[in-house]
Amino acid sequence: MDKQNVDAAGLAPVVDGLFAMGEDGLALLGSRCTACGTYYFPKLATFCRNPDCDSDSFEQVPLSRTGTLWSFTDSCYTPPAPFVAADPFIPYAIAAVELDREKMIVLGQVVDGVGVKDLRAGMTMELVIGTLLDTGEAGIKSTWQWRPVAGDAR
Amino acid sequence: MSEVAILGVGMHPWGKWGRNFVEYGVAAARDALADAGVAWRDVGFVSGGATMRCGYPGYVAGATFAQALGWQGAEVNTSYAACASGSQALAAARAKILSGQVDVALVIGADTTPKGFLAPAKGERPDDPDWLRFRVGITNPTYFALYARRRMEIYGDTQDDFARVKVKNAEHGFTNPKARYRKKFTMEDVAASAMVADPLRLMDVCATSDGGAALIISSLDYARRIGKGDAPRIAAISTVTPTFASAVIEMPDLATDSAVAVPAKSFRAALPAKAYAEAGIGPEDIDVAEVYDLSTALELDWIEDLQLCARGEAAGLLRDGATRIGGRMPINPSGGLACFGEAVPAQALAQVCELTWQLRGQSGDRQIEGAKVGITANQGLFGHGSSVIVKR
Repeated sequence: MDKQNVDAAGLAPVVDGLFAMGEDGLALLGSRCTACGTYYFPKLATFCRNPDCDSDSFEQVPLSRTGTLWSFTDSCYTPPAPFVAADPFIPYAIAAVELDREKMIVLGQVVDGVGVKDLRAGMTMELVIGTLLDTGEAGIKSTWQWRPVAGDAR
Repeated sequence: MSEVAILGVGMHPWGKWGRNFVEYGVAAARDALADAGVAWRDVGFVSGGATMRCGYPGYVAGATFAQALGWQGAEVNTSYAACASGSQALAAARAKILSGQVDVALVIGADTTPKGFLAPAKGERPDDPDWLRFRVGITNPTYFALYARRRMEIYGDTQDDFARVKVKNAEHGFTNPKARYRKKFTMEDVAASAMVADPLRLMDVCATSDGGAALIISSLDYARRIGKGDAPRIAAISTVTPTFASAVIEMPDLATDSAVAVPAKSFRAALPAKAYAEAGIGPEDIDVAEVYDLSTALELDWIEDLQLCARGEAAGLLRDGATRIGGRMPINPSGGLACFGEAVPAQALAQVCELTWQLRGQSGDRQIEGAKVGITANQGLFGHGSSVIVKR
């Protein structure tokens, strides 16, 4: 675990229940329908959305920690609240990552210092813990971020 | 026969006028009535597209417009379906006509938009996906940029291709009296605009605008009775939902559906597919298309979703000039959202207005010679979208 991860691990999460640190590292927490196997993120606890499935039973599961980069972008202007921006604003990248087992695409920020110039579709990405500015007392919270797997950067 | 006639169309010019949305709607409706040669008291059904930004009058837009035009006892309806609101209002009016309950309907949508980028509702709402994605820095242009970058990575499209869409649409809208932006922007202008969400610059992303659009539609019998039997007709209205599992990440979600149990399907491609089936025609019959260019790159996606070329070939059509007025497959002769900016409840109707003028041969400098069949396409939040086919 690098320094960024150690620092973020003690922080309150941006939203409770979205992700958790496991033995292998950070994982997003999803739901899996116990009848048809469909995954959901964020978690779903009511009714399965597969039109052929009438299940209302789900188990909480950690989603795959790695996936394939589907697309990506650098965010170059300050988003509106509830995003809390640095002043002056620091651009950051967003990745869309395809999870093989779940057959779904999940969005997330990319780790600091990695942007479109470093990324290409098809790269293997892994989930790590990162930080997000916050208006609360601590001024900072933890979040999930995507990072190119070492050796797979452009 | 499931067709209805478009007797009249009207639009209030798009802009940032800052006046009450009802003004724009009534101005458009009066233009449409005059264009149709139909008296307001002869309209039996008023079908409005709702706006969510103008308070209660916007939620009951059909009644709001009917009152402003002068209550005359017509039945009313209000539809909300994000960018497809106008098409859903149109579908309600068509159903009323085809069931024989009324002869003539007014379909109408107008909006007054706030300044700047769209932002989520206030408050701490972690269960709302729209709140959550903004909290972690995912804006509307983020999604457009992910689609655009995907095209670059998979098909080899370039930022210059996206700029070409803007330049082409700016040329189209240059002489359109209803358009907000009437300037022939150049490749250099686009390249000099600020980067918003790489690869998209400010001039690749559409603005939000004030505007209003209205249609007078009728049964074919009624159209013939008033000597307008040859008016353009609505041959199809598709307002299908997505089919689970969604293949593409959509605003405001953080994830697509999981395709573990059923295969992934493209929502955008499903919209025109249903319209073609309903009209009994195919993409080879289309002379002109008005598509929702929320971003320049999205126009290229739509051309492929409309099956006007194979996947990955839209940028080639653009580079060859095929999508210009005078080309073999002109796209957005109105100038599109690039020249209008989005006025949500009016936009789907504005697309039909443009096709009506094109099919009547009344589009002046932006006329597509001999246009007989046109198609629209749009898509908005929460599984809303539409595609309308107009023919003559």
